[in-house]
Amino acid sequence: MWEYSDKVREHFFQPRNSGPLEDANGIGDVGSIQCGDALRLMLKVEPETDIILDAHFQTFGCGSAIASSSALTEMVKGKTLDEALKISNQDIADFLDGLPPEKMHCSVMGREALQAAIANYRGEVWSDDHEEGALICKCFAIDAVMIEDVVTANNLNTVEEVTFYTKAGGGCASCHEGIEEILAKVKASRPGMGETSPPAACPATPEAPKPPAKKLSIVEKIKKIEEVLESVRPMLQRDHGDVELADVQGKKIYVHLKGACSGCMMEAATLGGIQQKMIEALGELVQVLPSSHMPVEA
Amino acid sequence: MEPIYLDNNATTRCDPAVVEAMLPFFTEHFGNASSIHAFGSEVGKALKKARGQVQALLGAEHDSEIIFTSCGTESDSTAILSALKAQPERNTVITTVVEHPAILTLCDWLEKEGYIVHKLKVDKKGRIDIDEYKSLLNDRVAIVSVMWANNETGTIFPVEQMAELASAKGIMFHTDAVQAVGKIPIDLKNTKIDMLSLSGHKLHAPKGIGVLYLRRGCRFRPLLRGGHQERGRRAGTENSASIVGLGVACELAMQHMAEENTTVKALRDRLEKGLLSQITHCFPTGDVSNRLPNTCNIAFEYIEGEAILLLLNKMGIAGSSGSACTSGSLEPSHVMRAMGIPYTAAHGTIRFSLSRYNTEAEVDRVIEAVPPIIAQLRKLSPYWTDKGPAASPEAAFAPTYA
Ligand SMILES: Cc1ncc(COP(=O)(O)O)c(C=O)c1O
Ligand code: FES
Repeated sequence: MWEYSDKVREHFFQPRNSGPLEDANGIGDVGSIQCGDALRLMLKVEPETDIILDAHFQTFGCGSAIASSSALTEMVKGKTLDEALKISNQDIADFLDGLPPEKMHCSVMGREALQAAIANYRGEVWSDDHEEGALICKCFAIDAVMIEDVVTANNLNTVEEVTFYTKAGGGCASCHEGIEEILAKVKASRPGMGETSPPAACPATPEAPKPPAKKLSIVEKIKKIEEVLESVRPMLQRDHGDVELADVQGKKIYVHLKGACSGCMMEAATLGGIQQKMIEALGELVQVLPSSHMPVEA
Repeated sequence: MEPIYLDNNATTRCDPAVVEAMLPFFTEHFGNASSIHAFGSEVGKALKKARGQVQALLGAEHDSEIIFTSCGTESDSTAILSALKAQPERNTVITTVVEHPAILTLCDWLEKEGYIVHKLKVDKKGRIDIDEYKSLLNDRVAIVSVMWANNETGTIFPVEQMAELASAKGIMFHTDAVQAVGKIPIDLKNTKIDMLSLSGHKLHAPKGIGVLYLRRGCRFRPLLRGGHQERGRRAGTENSASIVGLGVACELAMQHMAEENTTVKALRDRLEKGLLSQITHCFPTGDVSNRLPNTCNIAFEYIEGEAILLLLNKMGIAGSSGSACTSGSLEPSHVMRAMGIPYTAAHGTIRFSLSRYNTEAEVDRVIEAVPPIIAQLRKLSPYWTDKGPAASPEAAFAPTYA
């Protein structure tokens, strides 16, 4: 059986706010019977204040789908619509003290139901903008659609590169076959990449883009480094981690990895991904190292 | 409250007599059967005895036709890969859409490797079409692999007849009998079955021990090469304790075969009738009149299986489900989909699989526990109203991105 937190169990065994809501004025129906999860969220909104006075749900789904729905109704009550819309799927999962990776889609469904119900209240039509694919990497909860998008957008060719960009494949390795299939599929669909495709550049050492004509000043360089770190931060924060610049010494960039990232088996892959981005941004070969590797001052 | 175990198709409890027989093979009889000295020959004798016990349960002609493996999955892989390796001029495998992943995942991979795989379809009751099967038999087929009984529904396939048909065309026939062995009588010497897989943990022997039956004269290539164990057909030092345990389990299965098909069957029928008579909008799946005596699989409409299992578990009752959620995939059980069970029912299928250890009191407790659980979950379901299923469930609840 899944490793459900006590909070998930509690919300499943004693769901809050279940069943129809008589005078609901915002209803969101999302999910798919095919996947075995479907949720109707019913809101009672006070028109003068936009405050959610009451929320109920009906759910067809597994333990965590029911628990996520129950949690969501508790979370939105008393909030204004704009406040409620700030709730992310990670917030729902956090409220439940976490969900197994295979079950994160239950929290996504909760957030979508909320968007749909609010749109319904406002007389708008909500359309689903995210497509969920089959779960490929269980270690990091990465699905096929996400991998395919990243592979296409960044022209990736190897499993290692996919790991740098998405983390998928950086754990137990059982998903490598699946990732290779996606790579092959994307490759086959690339225009002009038929039988006559030129041999791919050695993927392990991605070609550094042409260095900028003028050498960067140290200030410009640090600025660029900060920009890169800023861009990867959301991904790390999603996993409750963070990164900060510690020092730059020549071609060595030292960073503090914090929270869930530090010491996790993904540390090396995370640094590798950051390093690749640094190389691209700076136009020169640099090394990204954890701050623990900083030479001790004599 | 004593827990009630109704998930015997997943795995079974070791019979105490099995455990007792095994224990000395961890202590005084720790020898390697291949050794010349007394430590080894003790073990060698025990393995021979166990081989004979397995042979008897399967009705095999020779004890050398029994190859010990590490599990049902290994036996399945060995059989199919051997047939392809031994007959390079043949590139086709025939199987069914409802096989266990031990066969299906392997076949999907073989397809990617360039082999041709025909999967026989099933009808609403999970039965295959013999005419379709006949039409596929030709000299490109290396092996037919069809399960004897289905693990989810218990539906029994006519493997003896299918083996005759294959044999008449000179095609090898393998059956995954992991669920059938010990539950229904098998007499291999009077069939044309060339290979058969079984797994110890489904018949009260330990996990991690299996058998591949290989008919004498059938062409073979080993999966694991190395030492001369199992006559070189499966290298690796024998798992002697488990083999001894499996031998005892096979002997016990012979003794209990009649009980399985009378007492256990009666308990299963009592459970099924009890549930169907009390709960609306549910139905048994599979070929109800032709299935294993211990298995019943009921689809409860408009609710999801994992939720049912969690509530059952809270009552101390163990079953299993074909819902997508319990498998970690996005689709419900491939067996239910193959039979055309609609999604609103496929996600709510629950399998109860009994054993000779279950009692009437247990069955009665389950009959009492299930209806309130179903009612409780239906109350939460958007496909359900106070009066029963929403008039037209699909229309009453048509979510975005359905
Ligand atoms: C029909 C069938 N085949 C194969 C297996 C796999 O057996 P094992 O777990 O011994 O590898 C099972 C067990 O779940 C099964 O039910
Ligand atoms: S499943 Fe992807 S690394 Fe483990």
